[in-house]
Amino acid sequence: MNNGYFGNFGGIFVPELLIPPLRELEQAMSEILPGTEFQAKLDDLLRNYAGRKTPLTYCENLSKKLGFHLWLKREDLLHTGAHKINNTLGQALLAKMMGKTALVAETGAGQHGVATAASAARMEMDCTIFMGAEDVIRQSPNVQRMKLLGAKVVAVESGSCTLKDAINAALRYWISSQKTTHYCFGTAAGPHPFPTLVRNFQSVIGRETREQMIEKTGRLPDRVVACVGGGSNAIGMFHPFIEDTTVKLIGVEAAGTGEPGCYNSAPLNLGTPGMLHGNLTKLLQDADGQILPSHSISAGLDYPGVGPEHAYLQSIGRVYYGLVTDSQTLRAFQTLCHSEGILPALESSHALAWVFENSDQISSGEQVVVNLSGRGDKDIEILRKAIPME
Amino acid sequence: MHILEKTISEAKAAGRTVLIPFITAGFPSIESFPEILEQIDEVGADIIEIGVPFSDPVADGPVVEAASLRALQNGVTLQKILDGLRHRVETKGSFHAKIVLMGYLNPFFQYGMERFAKDAQTAGVVGCIIPDLPLDESRTIRGTLKEHGIALISLVGPNTSVQRMKEYAAVSEGYVYVVSVLGTTGTRTELPPEVGDTLRHTKQAFSLPIALGFGLKHPSQLAVIPEDIRPDAAIFGSSLLKHLDAGGTVADFFAPWISK
Repeated sequence: MNNGYFGNFGGIFVPELLIPPLRELEQAMSEILPGTEFQAKLDDLLRNYAGRKTPLTYCENLSKKLGFHLWLKREDLLHTGAHKINNTLGQALLAKMMGKTALVAETGAGQHGVATAASAARMEMDCTIFMGAEDVIRQSPNVQRMKLLGAKVVAVESGSCTLKDAINAALRYWISSQKTTHYCFGTAAGPHPFPTLVRNFQSVIGRETREQMIEKTGRLPDRVVACVGGGSNAIGMFHPFIEDTTVKLIGVEAAGTGEPGCYNSAPLNLGTPGMLHGNLTKLLQDADGQILPSHSISAGLDYPGVGPEHAYLQSIGRVYYGLVTDSQTLRAFQTLCHSEGILPALESSHALAWVFENSDQISSGEQVVVNLSGRGDKDIEILRKAIPME
Repeated sequence: MHILEKTISEAKAAGRTVLIPFITAGFPSIESFPEILEQIDEVGADIIEIGVPFSDPVADGPVVEAASLRALQNGVTLQKILDGLRHRVETKGSFHAKIVLMGYLNPFFQYGMERFAKDAQTAGVVGCIIPDLPLDESRTIRGTLKEHGIALISLVGPNTSVQRMKEYAAVSEGYVYVVSVLGTTGTRTELPPEVGDTLRHTKQAFSLPIALGFGLKHPSQLAVIPEDIRPDAAIFGSSLLKHLDAGGTVADFFAPWISK
């Protein structure tokens, strides 16, 4: 048993009533997860249900324009439309093998909720999804998808009625339902052991990318770029490259509108250390330690905290975390649509935007990989309002 | 013996159930809170738990959460709470009741634990309850508070093993807060059937006085608990907040508890 620290960040700051289920999960991680039965079942689910391995697509047209080689890791092609399914299938299978009969999860944009609902249905488990009342309105197609997949969706009316409040509500629900229910946490944050567990399931992204780059180019990439909200797609992409010191790792946070003092979702760049949702990490907060509202045009990045391992990787200088605004993101989104015929999620468009905005820093001939963590179909409504279309 | 333990032991020796009301700072309004606090003190509370508001109170149900958010909107901060308490001590002396602060870790952490412990001591605070600080993370903070005479109150519940309770008991002071139910504050209005087992385990592990909370609103709930495991103190929060919010008086709320 340990408390899951990454340097000074991480930990297990939860009510005593949640310690037993978290320790039970930690035990299952060491006993069930490494076993051949679990690994074989997960491998089968990832291949034949989720659609792994995902392609590494070379951007012919953009690479010509940019003067360096741009590759996309295509998590957008996975079942349910994003990398989230890597984690939910892993956690659902683990929960099933632990003897749990139900899953509870939070969701912001709805992608994690949809992936959890699908995984629960596949595992024949009950599913309850907590979603901020604001998000239920903003992301109504995903609410319908979750319901069609058999999940119960609970609109959270407390606090700011967004993702952070959905997490509060799911944690409260888990206190009373812990005997039968596993909390399928959506990102590499929260109390120990979630940051490690989620990283474990998402690292398949980086492992495949590493192999594919070596296979296609004969060497490791020069730069790997991923967007960071809670940070699960980024940690999954970065983790297998951490020891490869020649590979520059870049996480991209959402700067909001970019005006000074605007609401943003960039705790690594603009936040300070503190405790929220069970871990010590960097947070958007005021001087009294109250959590501030976050904002991003991309609902999946809209969170005032971040996974503790990112705070650690920033503190030791292994990963550089940059900032991208809403409008830069929209431009990047359009560029990829027009140049390569791929409609990226607004979350992933942040990572692309960083590459486009900083292309002068990138030497010609460099190999650059962007994690295309999800597809943009879910964002059509937001895009319709943000981008004038004929 | 810590002053909180002594307070409970003495009341118990006098044949009374110790009363520990919880009230969120700045509730029902910033203006009326100091007067309400005085009334709670005068009516016979032995210990008063004052809630330090936090934006994301995961161990609390809707009543305490709403009170907390309202307090934040009204500008309540940890600094103002400590200033207010210190002012009371300097102008009128200490309350009859012992003062315990209850709040989530982050506001204390941002204030600075060392600075908080010092300022809290000056303000007459003798105990602290931090629901998101389990044993595993508590060692340093417990030590810092202890240097200033402040007990970090341990919380245990229906799913806490006797073994783990013993680990808590080895470092705990003041009293032990028994959470009656696997749930949040104020989500039920009766005690669950397993409360007997929880209390029995707690008695087995702790020599400290036992305070029962979560789901208490009337003394009759304690009377049905077998005498050998009956708690020494009763904590009530949500039911008091609801009563005050509906316009009820402190005296009315406490009447059934006092006449007992």
